[in-house]
This record gives sequence, structure tokens and C-alpha cells, in this order.
Amino acid sequence: MSDIGSRGYANPDKLVSTDWVAARLSDDNIRIVESNEDPLLYPSGHIPGAVEVDWVKDLNDPLRRDYLGKAGFEALASRIGITPDTTVIFYGDMSNWWATYALWVFELFNHKNAKIMDGGRLKWAEEGRELTREKPVISPTSYSAPERDDSRIRAFRDGVLQHIQSSGQLVDVRSPAEFSGEKLHMEGYPQEGAVRGGHIPGASSVPWSRAANEDGTFKNAAELSAIYLEEIGLNPAEPTVAYCRIGERSSHTWFVLTNLLGFADVRNYDGSWTEWGNSVGLPIEK
Amino acid sequence: MADYPAKLQEYLDDFSFITSREERVDYLIAIADEFQPVPESIATKPYDEAHRVIGCESEAFVWALERADGTLDFYFDVLNPQGLSAMAMSAILDQACSGAPLEQVAAINGEVVFTFFGRDISMGKGRGLTELINAVVYQANQRLKSA
Repeated sequence: MSDIGSRGYANPDKLVSTDWVAARLSDDNIRIVESNEDPLLYPSGHIPGAVEVDWVKDLNDPLRRDYLGKAGFEALASRIGITPDTTVIFYGDMSNWWATYALWVFELFNHKNAKIMDGGRLKWAEEGRELTREKPVISPTSYSAPERDDSRIRAFRDGVLQHIQSSGQLVDVRSPAEFSGEKLHMEGYPQEGAVRGGHIPGASSVPWSRAANEDGTFKNAAELSAIYLEEIGLNPAEPTVAYCRIGERSSHTWFVLTNLLGFADVRNYDGSWTEWGNSVGLPIEK
Repeated sequence: MADYPAKLQEYLDDFSFITSREERVDYLIAIADEFQPVPESIATKPYDEAHRVIGCESEAFVWALERADGTLDFYFDVLNPQGLSAMAMSAILDQACSGAPLEQVAAINGEVVFTFFGRDISMGKGRGLTELINAVVYQANQRLKSA
């Protein structure tokens, strides 16, 4: 894959290479964060100095279906030793699904000084780079966070309903079988309880993985434009909503549209199909 | 109701005493390190899709071969190199179920996944691992029906 700076991204600073990370392992202004679906991966070996942010344990409210609040985020930030000025580098499994998901949650608290390591954990490992089981010793920091801001990059059910009633741009990033309603869950994944199959009316189907190369790195801007602008006709200046099953795959697409293609207003609908497909009375297309 | 295979019960007893996430994870990683993929004498890639565990995103495959005494030897592979949880579950099932009485294997409840991995794994991961157990249970049931 070509150098990140030559790929034509709108905001190339949001993406760093494995080389870039390897050269900064001892930089105190940088905190490397691994975020995975598989809870065994980080303890089995991680980038030296990296801390773990677990999407279930650290990012979600333990009772409500919601993200952590201000106090929870401040405690998390303190635990992983960051200040608002720290550059946070996220990486993880599943072509960085969970890394982009964690970055998205951090941006809900306006921690914008955050980047993704292109290719994620698999690329680092396959390049033969060091992985350690030694957990770093982190000095807790003091982090004063703002209240979580759900108004900019997060979409809720009622907002999505208004969005589709005004023919707003909507991207369904699930598999084609989920989009068509043939399956109620992702190919290769178990059923997770949606009562109805199909998609939100007006949505275009672009599975998240089309934005990634086989090695987990992101496609270049021309390739991404061919998919999102030319193929399904999205207008980067218009508000756009991305959704999937619970908001994790769509955070990958949110990252692509926002940072790599420079869309002005992209929201991740984290309620996604597990909310929409179970809600009484909401419109559905097949 | 049949007992569980002795080795499985031993693991379940071990995990029931675990109180910290760190201890649980360390134990599971140690088990995953013992994972041995199916030998080429049994199966070679690309594997027959009939052996794929539907619902396991780590791309797990299961084979069951009958021993002379009528019990089964189970073999596994996990194609996702980052599928450590699936490797740990496969190693447990291999050690616990190969050569165990079929009635005991058939009696395994998929809920044991949560004794091993805890309740704070994602729903998708939990159910994927459950499908791995179900694939083994299915093989035992098939042999019992044909016996």
C-alpha cells in the first residue's frame, strides 16, 4: 500500500502507518490504544507501551444501552494516562472496526487528537513487529472532559426518521444479505435478535469492508470516491448517516467518509438495526 | 441427565473459582497456546465447507472421526489468526470431548461458554463460541442416532 500522504485523503493526519508508530513507541505525548472484539488478543501480545480500551467494559454504560458519561470518560482517560493534549493512536482487530469505534466515542468527548494505525493489529503482527505481554505502568492523569456531545456525530432513531423523511443520505454498511432482509445478522455471525429484516428506507448498501484492502489498510481516496460518490452518488456536502447492526461497522464507514473523503456532516447511528429492526411502527424496505 | 466429560468438568470447576478478568484471560490464553490445528492427514485447505462452524466469525472448522470404541476424536482449525477465543474454546473441546462418552458430549450446554469467558464478552462473540460447542454436540448426537 502506498504512503498515506500520497493517497489523496481529505485529512491524512487522522491515519498513521505502522512505521510511524514503531518510531514513536517511547514518545510521552503519544498513547497507543488497542481496542478489539476478542478479549484475549491484547493480553496475548500488544504493541509495547500500548494500553487496552475494551468496548464493552470501558466504553459502554453498564446498565443502559448508551456510552459512558463525562465522569466515566474522565476516569478512563486518567487510567490510560492521557490529557486532552495527548495524541491517541488506536489500533485493533477486525480491520480496525473497534479502533474506529473507540475513536468515535472519544470524539463524542471532543478528544479530536486521535488517529488510527492503518492496517491495525494484523498488519503490525504480519510485519513481524514486536508484540509484548508486558502491561505498561501508567501514571494516572487528570483529565477534565466536557459533557458528552451527541449532537455532532451521533444519530438517534427519531433523527434518522426525520432524515429519511427529507430524503437524506443514508448508508447501510451491513452485508448485502442483511440489507435485503434475507438474513437478520451478519454473514458468519449469529443471530442477534432483530425481529424484522431489511433496511431503512432510502439507504444505499455499501458493506463496510469495501473501504478496506485485504490487509486491513484503507483504500486510497480515488478508490473510495469511486464507491461512495460515483457508485451510490453521495454528496460530501450533504448530511449523511451510516448504520449497521450495533454501530461498530458503521463507525469504520463514518471514519472513512469524515476523515478520508472529507464529508462535512456524517453521523453514526449506533442504535442501528438492532434498534430499528425491533422498533414498533418504523418503516422498513426490503 | 448425563454428566459432562470429566476434563470439561475439571475446566468448569477451575473457571468457577476465577474472580478476576485478568486471571480468566491468562488462563484462556494458556489454553489457546495449546491449540493444535487439524493435521493434514485428516484435512487439508481449502476445507470442505461442510465442516465450517456456521456463526463463528473466527472461521472455525470441526471434524469428528470415530474411534474403534465408538467414541469420537475431534479436530479443529481456526483460520482467523486473531481468533484466540475460538482457539481456546477448540482446545478445551478437543481435550474434553475426544474419546469421551458420546452421551456426555451430547449433554454439553452451550451456556458453558460464559463460565469460561465471563458474561462481559460481546453477544456476537458469545454466540459464535456457543456455535462451536453446538457443532461438537451435533456430531455426538448424530453418532448416537446412527448407533
